[in-house]
Amino acid sequence: MSHDQSKSLRTQIETFLGDGRWTEAHARLGELWRREGKPAAAGYVVFCYERMKERLPLVHCKIGLLRSMTIEPLVPILRSTSLVSGIDASIQVGQFNSYAQEILDSSSALYSFNPDIVVLAVQTRDVMPEISEGYADLSPAAVQAAIDRVVESFAAWIRAFRDHSNASLVVHNLEKPPASQGVLDAQGENGQLAAIDQANAKLRAICREHRGVYVLDYDGLVSRHGATRWHDESKWLTMRMPFAADSLLPMVSEWMKFIHPLTGTVCKILAVDLDNTLWGGVLGEDGMEGIKLGPEYPGAFYRALQRAILDLYRRGILLAVCSKNNHDEAMSALQRHPEMLLRPEHFAAFRINWQDKAQNLREIAAELNLGADAVAFLDDNPVERERVRSDMPEVKVIDVPDHVQGFAKALRDSPFFERLTLSAEDRELTRMYHERQERSTLARSSASLEDFYRSLEQEILIAPVLPETVARVAQLTQKTNQYNVTTRRYTEPQIEEFAGRPGWEVFSVRVKDRFGDNGIVGVLISRTENDLCDIDTFLLSCRVIGRRIETAMLRFAAERSKAQGARFLQGWFVPTKKNGPVRALYSSHNFKAIATKDTDATLWRLDLDAENISCPEWIRVHVTNDSHRAEQARA
Amino acid sequence: MSQTTPTAQNKRVLSKILAMAADVFQVPESTLEPGSSPDTVGSWDSLHHLNFVLALEDGFGVQFSPEEIEQLLSIELTVALVEEKLKGNGDS
Repeated sequence: MSHDQSKSLRTQIETFLGDGRWTEAHARLGELWRREGKPAAAGYVVFCYERMKERLPLVHCKIGLLRSMTIEPLVPILRSTSLVSGIDASIQVGQFNSYAQEILDSSSALYSFNPDIVVLAVQTRDVMPEISEGYADLSPAAVQAAIDRVVESFAAWIRAFRDHSNASLVVHNLEKPPASQGVLDAQGENGQLAAIDQANAKLRAICREHRGVYVLDYDGLVSRHGATRWHDESKWLTMRMPFAADSLLPMVSEWMKFIHPLTGTVCKILAVDLDNTLWGGVLGEDGMEGIKLGPEYPGAFYRALQRAILDLYRRGILLAVCSKNNHDEAMSALQRHPEMLLRPEHFAAFRINWQDKAQNLREIAAELNLGADAVAFLDDNPVERERVRSDMPEVKVIDVPDHVQGFAKALRDSPFFERLTLSAEDRELTRMYHERQERSTLARSSASLEDFYRSLEQEILIAPVLPETVARVAQLTQKTNQYNVTTRRYTEPQIEEFAGRPGWEVFSVRVKDRFGDNGIVGVLISRTENDLCDIDTFLLSCRVIGRRIETAMLRFAAERSKAQGARFLQGWFVPTKKNGPVRALYSSHNFKAIATKDTDATLWRLDLDAENISCPEWIRVHVTNDSHRAEQARA
Repeated sequence: MSQTTPTAQNKRVLSKILAMAADVFQVPESTLEPGSSPDTVGSWDSLHHLNFVLALEDGFGVQFSPEEIEQLLSIELTVALVEEKLKGNGDS
């Protein structure tokens, strides 16, 4: 971007800030950062947000950075990258090189900061200097001892961290230095670089043993970027700053790939254009034989993009078509073109028409029961991209270069599609949506709503959370926006901790019907004390809203608390911009409003002696009370 | 850009550096001038100095040695050193 463009964009931002037009200022700052995302602009972006961040619906997140190097220059870049993506990150940087003490000491500044996410950014030369620098001096036994020692240190840090905190932990793995023995290193089995690979493999195994602990492949990041370009040896030796100026942004981008899924700020749908995006050329003019798609240039670029999209589909991202074409012609090309990797069955929704694309995206989100902020949009046409950006600022418009060659990389680099866990439900997501489409067809053909419900043959399985279901339960608390009474976001360690607390119970709700298994789609977290059972969390995935499952869940909660000696069942409804669908949950089940809080939250209470919740007989409910029986029921 | 006169080139580098310095030190650009230095800009401490160096390296595609980093003690000196580097790179 030219100096003048930058100046005029900044003038606009100042005007919006001055006029209190926060959403517009937010959008323009996003544009500035997309075009001029450089270390210098970070200070300006952060400075602007300081003036308005209280007025924007930002997600708050506390990040602790533990480090063995100077990382302060990364902080403003991390702040500004987060802010333009809707995350207000408070960042605490640990003391230089005292990461081990901060992790091990439960009263350290790290834990009193009460972080949501902690990054452990260490380097091979700090934690394994004998391998990094002194390898040539070591015997094979000493090399092995060094690997074991560093792996044991990581294990001890991670265990201590898990004991003292429920935060998520992102651990940088060990990067490889240039081999001190030259090309000889690659010839034997016990080379220096092989030793680092071995330590990394063991580190990965340790992280997998702990909930909420993730590996950041720092070695891979440095080598993708180019190790000689990544490092600035002169700044390392003078200021303990290992990064060259142009590796600051890639480092922050890699952190964002963890921060987005950990804060639930991710996209669930990718809506794609067709002409000059999924294939080269215009179908309506060139015909199916004329469009470019296949293993050779130029069709190969489009195939590579389809491959990247298919990879996202395998990761549980729903796909949709949003395109200006003749519907039948486009469907026929998707079905019959021999080189097409993406077929109609990969897509959960289609809007192939001549309508405005923003309107189409709204309809796609509504059809899939998701908010517009769950939608990402890929289109080669800058006019369409700008149209969607200005009309629907909450949609993540993928910023693509002029040539399709860069499209696949833009998708693969986007942090909005990153996932840290992949549940069975995610893999089957599109199939579930197809089943849901059949269900709604059935709903239209059934004479009455009740007949429809009956015909679904719904079966609900309520079970205490199990080690295998913790990830899904935590994921639901993080991702569910609409049918969620309190919208409290929890991590896996927190869910585990609740399940162990006296008086607390965490239940997963699984729903099956004649079209298939929906998997775990509901969560109930409650706390019983004396004669009062308080509902901490009550949520249902949007896939199963409107099928009276909530009634079955509330009836279960009422009976369970009664059996435990409670006289009242109560719960807060905390309104958000999105949870309108659950607003009437308590009132429609005879709960009485007994208190309100300043945030418009309402406390609803049910007198269990006076009221009963009756569950429709056409829902079959199975409750398993202990892990063993839950296992059997699952099997 | 052989048609660019030395003065125009000088002005362009100066105005880019002033804009970067305003961002990095988080002060209005109008408060900065060629003579601005750590003595006159309150936020120009060692940490911000490092951020300034990184912004310059990134923005101009140059690299400074440790000795040069210690010499970047005013906007004027910075402009002079950046210009020297740009000439050396054959970019100017």
